[in-house]
Amino acid sequence: MNEKKVDGWNPYLSGALAGVLAIASVVVSTKLIDSPKYLGASTTFVRTAGYLQKLVVPGYVDNNAYMEKTNVKVDWQMLFVIGILLGALVASKTDGSFKNEAIPPIWKERFGDKVSVRAVGGLLGGVIAMFGARLAGGCPSGHGLSGLMQMSVSGYLAMAGFFGAGVIVAHLVYRNGQGGAQ
Amino acid sequence: MSELILGLITGFIFGFLLQKGRVLRFEKQVGAMLLKDMTILKFMLSAIIVGMFGIGLLTDLGIISFKVKGTVIGANIIGGLLFGAGWAVMGYCPGTSLGALGEGRWHAVWAIIGMIVGAMVYAAVYPLMKQTVLTWGDFGKITLDSVTGINHWGFIILLSAVFFMLFRWFEKKHL
Repeated sequence: MNEKKVDGWNPYLSGALAGVLAIASVVVSTKLIDSPKYLGASTTFVRTAGYLQKLVVPGYVDNNAYMEKTNVKVDWQMLFVIGILLGALVASKTDGSFKNEAIPPIWKERFGDKVSVRAVGGLLGGVIAMFGARLAGGCPSGHGLSGLMQMSVSGYLAMAGFFGAGVIVAHLVYRNGQGGAQ
Repeated sequence: MSELILGLITGFIFGFLLQKGRVLRFEKQVGAMLLKDMTILKFMLSAIIVGMFGIGLLTDLGIISFKVKGTVIGANIIGGLLFGAGWAVMGYCPGTSLGALGEGRWHAVWAIIGMIVGAMVYAAVYPLMKQTVLTWGDFGKITLDSVTGINHWGFIILLSAVFFMLFRWFEKKHL
């Protein structure tokens, strides 16, 4: 057996620093823009969807109750989500962990190396997950991190659902994959 | 304008930390769901412990205020289960999908497109959801301490202890 390679930062440390960032975000946004910004990501997908629909079907967004409620605009969270991409790009480019990857290894082991099959999996999973996230009112950032930090009941219920279904479906989907000597 | 710059800076640091903690990867996300690699839980629960203490303290001092999402039991659970099912298949959550793209895992693009379509589908059926699932067990913005009447520091200490016990178990089992 190989020794576990030292790779990246300790997850406890990087997580704790993310906790400090979450606190700093609320404090700084309260002071500077008078609106506490707790971390979250999924509403940005609604706003992006709204912008795309505005391009294709003029008027649809203005008459859609959910889009109206969400308020389709470029806001703090949209830039936050773009920032995640940039931060990950810089972090991975500077330590050599950036890697062009067409198929995740676990997926390849289970479903082969066809990009089309992975595309269908990604698309289907994405549709179901985002529908669920919007129904639940948030994702692992908004409900998970921000919700649990504030000990909200909704955060605990949603996280139980995320991991409960995640564990079951992952075992069903990848059962013949990772680690199995067939 | 400063709102947008603030968002970008916060996101940049968050993405940097997510990448360094190696939690963006498909293997780490699915690995947690297969109960084989708890890296993402170590990251999340560490962030939550620090956040609970910091936000609890600063709220007590009146420096910041809570922004709690409303509890609708039916929607939180059914939505949560749907999210979990989709999460297992796509291997990313909304925030980490963009980060994964940033570190070169371009297959995350399928998940991102899927999630945008999922948002469109949800917006289209929202009126139906509003009449049904979103009314099932609506308790408003409740927290563990507000529901039980127990002081929030009691929960902060108790939950931190539970999370630390989980950490010990992860390390013992080399997860």
